[in-house]
Amino acid sequence: MEERSTQQEMVELCLFIGRIMLQNGAETYRVEDTMTRIAASYGKEDAQSFVTPTGIVFSLSRTEPSKLVRVSDRTTNLHKVTQANSISRNITGGDLTLREAYEQLDEIDKSGTYYSMGTQIAAASLASGCFSIMFQGNWYDFLPACISGGIGFIVLLLLHQLFEIKFFAEFLASLFIGTLAFTFMSFGIGHETDKVIIGSVMPLVPGLLITNAVRDLMAGHLISGLSKGAEAFLTAFAIGGGVAIAFSIF
Amino acid sequence: MIMEQFILSFIASAAFGIIFQAPRSTLLKCGLVGSLGWVIYMLFIQANIDAVTGTFVASFVIAMISQFFARRYKTPVVVFSVAGIIPLVPGGLAYDAMRNFVQNDYGQALPIAAKVFMISGAIAIGLVLSEVMNQINKKVRKRKLWR
Repeated sequence: MEERSTQQEMVELCLFIGRIMLQNGAETYRVEDTMTRIAASYGKEDAQSFVTPTGIVFSLSRTEPSKLVRVSDRTTNLHKVTQANSISRNITGGDLTLREAYEQLDEIDKSGTYYSMGTQIAAASLASGCFSIMFQGNWYDFLPACISGGIGFIVLLLLHQLFEIKFFAEFLASLFIGTLAFTFMSFGIGHETDKVIIGSVMPLVPGLLITNAVRDLMAGHLISGLSKGAEAFLTAFAIGGGVAIAFSIF
Repeated sequence: MIMEQFILSFIASAAFGIIFQAPRSTLLKCGLVGSLGWVIYMLFIQANIDAVTGTFVASFVIAMISQFFARRYKTPVVVFSVAGIIPLVPGGLAYDAMRNFVQNDYGQALPIAAKVFMISGAIAIGLVLSEVMNQINKKVRKRKLWR
């Protein structure tokens, strides 16, 4: 009976750390790797894990019953991924007991975003301005790109809270950016509409999805790689569509 | 010119680190990875070499440096490579293609779309090649330990 409950705790811990990593933008192969490593450090060399972008299946050995965790909401929070990674290092190094690890993970799970909303918006608008110059824009484009990029990012964050269809939020945000850029231009602010739009759309670009899709495909995780690639493509299409509609209006 | 690009891409990559909620201690490294990649890409462009080649070399360098940082600071690779890859993503070209499509100029749009596809492929191959090098490196090291 005693052994039964520690086994259950082990499964719970592995699923917990896996869920945190997957929800916050880790590659699926890394999630699988972390879970089986932790299990191996507790003497379960034969643990099986199957991770897709939307769910985790895990069992301690081939004959044990497997547990399923569904992951529906995914964000990008690399700080949580890093923290979960160091906890898994400590577990496999033998520095943490099951209970301590579980408590620390719980703390990570409950913690909010690492940077405040304001800092993120400021970063997005600064990045937009820099990108407009990097893509051979004129310095006159810097300020309008900063403003429309920042506002576009705010719109995206707000819409994300309003409804759950990510692509539509991205579509509306880029439509908003396009409209803003054309409005600026009609008031004579900025040099080239193209550069302003390209710069301010950059914070919406699915960079993490693209890199993770490639890495997952290469690690042999074909399902995850393809589905993340599809997600990246849809996001890119949503952004392009939003800008395109702004173009056809003006 | 190159200095301006270096500073701008440094700021942009570090800012992307903030958007992706990368830990504070890694932000400067994110910026460094991103700006090195971008400067390599710009040097290729200025030397009139094809953007596909430039993107490939830049993404390879980015992935190699990211892996070095990841081992050194015991942090997942994604933290560094993502911010670095962002400037290389052919957002501008994709935008041009999309605009031409919307204006019913399909003849103009298709070659640009093909270029976008090629550059995306170059990013992928750069990432993959560094992964391959990493695995070979690991195997060689292990063999040395066995001897």
